[in-house]
Amino acid sequence: MTKTFKIVVLAKQVPDTRNVGKNAMKEDGTVNRAALPAIFNPEDMNALEQALRIKDKFPGTKVELLTMGPLRAADIIREGYFRGADGGVLLTDRKFAGADTLATSYALSMAIRKMNPDIIISGRQAIDGDTAQVGPQVAEKLGIPQVTYAESISASESGKITILRRLERGIEEVSTSYPVLITVNATAPACRPRNAKQLMRYKHASTLSEQNDNEHNSYLPLFNMEELTIPEWGVADVGGEEIKYGLSGSPTKVKKIENIVFQAKESKRLSASEEDIDSLFIELISSHTIG
Amino acid sequence: MANFYKDNKDIQFQLSNPLMKKIVRLKEQDFSDSGKYNYAPCTAEDAIDSYDKVMEILGEICGDIIAANAEEVDKVGPHHENGRVTYAPGTQQNQDVLTQAGLYGMYLPREYGGLNFSMIPYIMSAEIVGRADAGFSNIWGLQDCAETIYEFASKEIKDEFLPRINNGETCSMDLTEPDAGSDLQAVMLKATYDEKSGMWKLNGVKRFITNGDAQIKLVLARSEENTTDGRGLSYFVHDQKWGGVHVRRIENKLGIKGSPTCELVFNNAPAKLVGERRMGLIKYVMSLMNGARLGVAAQAVGISEAAYREALKYANERKQFGKAIIQFPAVYEMLSIIKAKLQASRALLYETTRFVDIYKAYNIISENRKLTPEERNEAKQYQRLADMFTPMVKMTASEYSNQNAYDSLQIHGGSGFMKDYPIERIYRDARITTIYEGTSQLQVVAAQRYVTNGAYLNQIKEYENVELKPEFTQLKKTLVAMTEQYQQAVAIVAGGDNEFIDFHARRLVEMASHIVMSYLLVIDAQREKTFEDSAVIYTNKAKAWNDERYSYITDFAACDINQFLSIKEEFSAEA
Repeated sequence: MTKTFKIVVLAKQVPDTRNVGKNAMKEDGTVNRAALPAIFNPEDMNALEQALRIKDKFPGTKVELLTMGPLRAADIIREGYFRGADGGVLLTDRKFAGADTLATSYALSMAIRKMNPDIIISGRQAIDGDTAQVGPQVAEKLGIPQVTYAESISASESGKITILRRLERGIEEVSTSYPVLITVNATAPACRPRNAKQLMRYKHASTLSEQNDNEHNSYLPLFNMEELTIPEWGVADVGGEEIKYGLSGSPTKVKKIENIVFQAKESKRLSASEEDIDSLFIELISSHTIG
Repeated sequence: MANFYKDNKDIQFQLSNPLMKKIVRLKEQDFSDSGKYNYAPCTAEDAIDSYDKVMEILGEICGDIIAANAEEVDKVGPHHENGRVTYAPGTQQNQDVLTQAGLYGMYLPREYGGLNFSMIPYIMSAEIVGRADAGFSNIWGLQDCAETIYEFASKEIKDEFLPRINNGETCSMDLTEPDAGSDLQAVMLKATYDEKSGMWKLNGVKRFITNGDAQIKLVLARSEENTTDGRGLSYFVHDQKWGGVHVRRIENKLGIKGSPTCELVFNNAPAKLVGERRMGLIKYVMSLMNGARLGVAAQAVGISEAAYREALKYANERKQFGKAIIQFPAVYEMLSIIKAKLQASRALLYETTRFVDIYKAYNIISENRKLTPEERNEAKQYQRLADMFTPMVKMTASEYSNQNAYDSLQIHGGSGFMKDYPIERIYRDARITTIYEGTSQLQVVAAQRYVTNGAYLNQIKEYENVELKPEFTQLKKTLVAMTEQYQQAVAIVAGGDNEFIDFHARRLVEMASHIVMSYLLVIDAQREKTFEDSAVIYTNKAKAWNDERYSYITDFAACDINQFLSIKEEFSAEA
């Protein structure tokens, strides 16, 4: 029998900071989440693709998503289903609220212990905070190896996993053992599209809270909802020390937020002449921009 | 981050049509698949919700990938080497992503891996793909071949070929030959039965074959020796794996450059018979052709949509004499007419599709049980409507897409003539739509019998009976008068000989189509206010167009044809 893996993909629902309108920020300088559509964090999508590729190669592999957020973050689990994942868990509890990266990674690591995967894959960073801390912190808390900036992942039956990392000056190949946590770069292949059959199969997948709330969905009782129920885990489900969750577990304090206005810097005009090209090269090499 | 479905309320509007639930119930045969397949719907609302969500997937792929690839695909085109064709990289990506999304085999039943969608979402997707890249929409649209296999082939052939469609294997429809274009009865490619292998062997040449290097080919060939007409032709399926077909060359075309148009040589190519011998042209190709014509109409509406959007954008951005050019009457009138023609042809497209949907669903039901007399009647009535609207919509949508591309380019001025804007590609791509799958002239031939037998008039009377809001009284009066005028024109022409009828046929078909589309827009405007402007603009235009045709016909004495006949002598006289 060929090897199968259990993979957990860490994914976050984020405000779409790439399509910023004029109401994107509140007066106090914080993000106005209501004005920005909530999307699947782009690099987590690259991470999901890497997980699905391992599943393509090792049929029987299980890919599950883990996301922490408010109830509507169940969208992340559904999106995963539509693209080929096997399920997922929504980590949601008022006690998780106000978490910085430390408290977030604590909550995720506690949930992962319960899920017990061979491979954990996440995006390098989320487009709202841009910290790139959560993946590495989760690995530290679990005491497992971490490989960051991955562009491709080759799992193998031998107990070794090989990762190509995109670094500033080239690509590095790293091998390690399971379990492992890998963070994936935006330069990795884009995620496959939603699949029509998967979408039709899982569009009714929902958390119990959603099912109780969803009066207009009159045809839900016609489905086998047991199969389509997305688990919601709270602090009580994952255990751990309550003080380490949410606001109380978050040492980060925001001191000040400033608005930055981008300005064009002074520019230099060059012609296509040999002279200009040569002088540009000399300048770039001497400033170590290239070379 | 574009979504060509979400950004188009007019397409979404089609899913709320009152006939939609009936169509879904028929197509899903009272939801007998739910429970058997985990992606089957259990109610009409559930199915329509799935159509909507799946269209969203398609809209996103079209907006973000296919449209983004279109320019490069147009420039690079397919590559021909050693008898094989390789797609442009963008074309291959389009194909791969649509396959991953599971969108091929939309119409096919679930037992063959399809989505079992009705025709409406399938035609919507043909329109949306056509807007993104008209050239690619041919490759997409050839999944129609699966429908022909499903309708007419044996179970063995269905099992062998149909599940491969959803996996993204491509198809081609090999009909045309150097001496058999519009006149397919002249097809010569020879099919001989080989006792030893139990297979047919194909020998000959096919020309102008879209996507000719496909994995699954449907081939029209002469199976009956010593015959010369359509009754000697049968239909075959050929698998690329069996070998024996090579691509001699690919055409260098004006437009739809991403779609490879191939000349094929068949050299003892093995094939299996589809359906019965001698039925190739007279039954199967005719049926397939109607589907293909609807597909071209959808593609053409998609091109119109693309042309409209480019024109609207340019007219708002381009400033002359101190203001955006859309501020000038000459420009805003042109844009409004582009939009009215676009919406009119779309209304006709989906009306036709609903007719097709209903009778095809009955056809499928009739395989499992006997239809009741009422059902049989209804099926027959809808088939008649589908047959008479198909040539009308093929002609109208394709002619309008050309007119719209022309006007849109005109709005771009000198910039439109340059390669810098997408409109020059759209303009070139539109051109084929009035030609392939039967020229506009041949659509008239197919449509004119419904002028003379009163079928169009009857349907117009049906629309006349639809109750309208009081504010549409004036429009209704105009349309009733236009209908009377049409009847008079028909009476005058029908009084002449066959040559005279053929001579004026196009004018009459167009008059009927203008009235039909005006009504459809007016009826849509009852449910959705956004159609009101186009309903008024189009009806007024239609009246003027019909007046012109009417006056030409009434002033035209039968003997005037003689002046036209002399042109026949011109060429030989000069030589």
